[in-house]
Amino acid sequence: MDLRELYQDIILDHGRHPRNFRPIEHPTHTAQGFNPLCGDRVTVYLTLDGDRITDLAFQGRGCAISTAAASLMTEVLKGRTIDDARELFAHFHARVTGGDEPPLPEPLAEEMERLEPLTGVKAYPARVKCATLSWHALDSALKGDGDAPVKTE
Amino acid sequence: MTTAGPRLPDARISGAAAATLPGGFDPRALRREFPIFANNPGLVFLDSGASAQKPAAVIDGVADYYRTDYANVHRGVYRLSARSTDLYEAARVKAQRFLNAAEPGEIVFVRGATEAINLVAQSWGAAFLEAGDEIVISELEHHSNIVPWQMLRDRLGIRLVVAPIDATGGLDLAAFAARLSPRTRLVAITHLANASGALVPVETVAELAHRHGARVLVDGCQAAPRLPVDVQALGCDFYAFSGHKTYGPTGIGVLWGRRELLAAMPPWQGGGEMILSVTFDKTVYQDPPHRFEAGTPDISGAIGLGIALDFIDRLGRGNILEHEEALTGYGVDRLSRIGGLHLIGAGQRRIGILSFDLEGVHPHDLATVLDRHHVAVRAGHHCAQPLLEKLGYPATTRASLGVYNDEADIDALAAAIEAAQEMFR
Repeated sequence: MDLRELYQDIILDHGRHPRNFRPIEHPTHTAQGFNPLCGDRVTVYLTLDGDRITDLAFQGRGCAISTAAASLMTEVLKGRTIDDARELFAHFHARVTGGDEPPLPEPLAEEMERLEPLTGVKAYPARVKCATLSWHALDSALKGDGDAPVKTE
Repeated sequence: MTTAGPRLPDARISGAAAATLPGGFDPRALRREFPIFANNPGLVFLDSGASAQKPAAVIDGVADYYRTDYANVHRGVYRLSARSTDLYEAARVKAQRFLNAAEPGEIVFVRGATEAINLVAQSWGAAFLEAGDEIVISELEHHSNIVPWQMLRDRLGIRLVVAPIDATGGLDLAAFAARLSPRTRLVAITHLANASGALVPVETVAELAHRHGARVLVDGCQAAPRLPVDVQALGCDFYAFSGHKTYGPTGIGVLWGRRELLAAMPPWQGGGEMILSVTFDKTVYQDPPHRFEAGTPDISGAIGLGIALDFIDRLGRGNILEHEEALTGYGVDRLSRIGGLHLIGAGQRRIGILSFDLEGVHPHDLATVLDRHHVAVRAGHHCAQPLLEKLGYPATTRASLGVYNDEADIDALAAAIEAAQEMFR
């Protein structure tokens, strides 16, 4: 597989200029993700209004893949419901790890398209956790067990 | 592969050409003894600091042992078991000579340096330390020379004192000396820092520690495959290394301890092999080293390690050091010419390890790009998080050298780094 299939322009762009890269002052939920392999950390902040994500942001230090993944995640999920987020995560997780992909309703399928550039990590098993770190942190924040940092290993 | 430097002509392999090489051996010719390279054409392997590749002599020697001489050791009356025992104990003698230990009984076979350090912590530490005692380690340590002491600290209420590095990345000897006191019972320190390649002046460290009556344990994981090690000349009390980093099998390592220290230490694991007699009331333990080798040991691992040590002896440890230092120097020169690349400081003397940060490119992204150029390096914290934190990097990229590496490997590394820079520009 060519390197540029992993590092597509959109990944390099989001890696260099991450969107929603900021703290949220009074988040309703937050959680840390930690990759013990490289020491990378990401903090995910979100504001929920009912079951809808009205704001989503992150901070931290990571590689191009994990930064781009977090950035794209915030773009895709802002305005979506918790259920949407969980469905997308399940689908995305299956796409990058090669598991069985659960069916996705039409509007979410479009959002999944935007995450497609990240699925190149499937060919780089050591890098899958970079692409999923922020999603695991988000999942942990939504479960409300955000006190203990989630690990990718 | 796309970016490896020019391969050297065969002429270089001839004796006359080889004699002019630093180290007196030709890494490129030596590579033929390592089957991994024939099976992975174009591989530029720069991760020997994590684990070295194995010469055919080790791979075949272990298989031959299973085919022709295998039986359990120290148990059978039959001749095959005696032969197996002889081979196992002969490996102990090889390890003794490798470290210039006073006698084979000072060599304890363990799973690796990690187990060696844990053995000292749990046996010697638990028996001889008490609340208020201090253990001095350094900022250069691998997690395996930090965590066992923290566990002991939490158990016994002892103190863990950390000696800092200086501005150049070497051990700050004055600061180290200032941390020694009558309460210091042990200094546990690396011989060669795995995350930076900094050589620690162990003789001086041991002399200073002994003035305060402290014992000295040396983590020799990175030093054992790279430089001559004479534990009597170093003046330390314990020395640990791993077989798999010295071109031997995984799952085997060595703890050397002074005879009188080992003799005074209680066993840390109970079982067969380590006893003289057992009744339900009382068990009488074996003398060292068998006291510390409960259960059937890694016999084939020990024999494979012995073969690896023979291999190192054949090349000559002075020669290996000369080779590693010359190549390290070449690497420092070559990498320093790359804009935005910062080598992690290694003090006065750096051997075999080039750890660096590349501006604008995360080590994991860099390692992925290097891998696509067939260059295998380590990216991360190298199990030395406190050191990297002190230096201000959450992670670095580390190239570490072995006897099979040459200038072309460094050139391939540099070219691949430049390709990565281009991509992430």
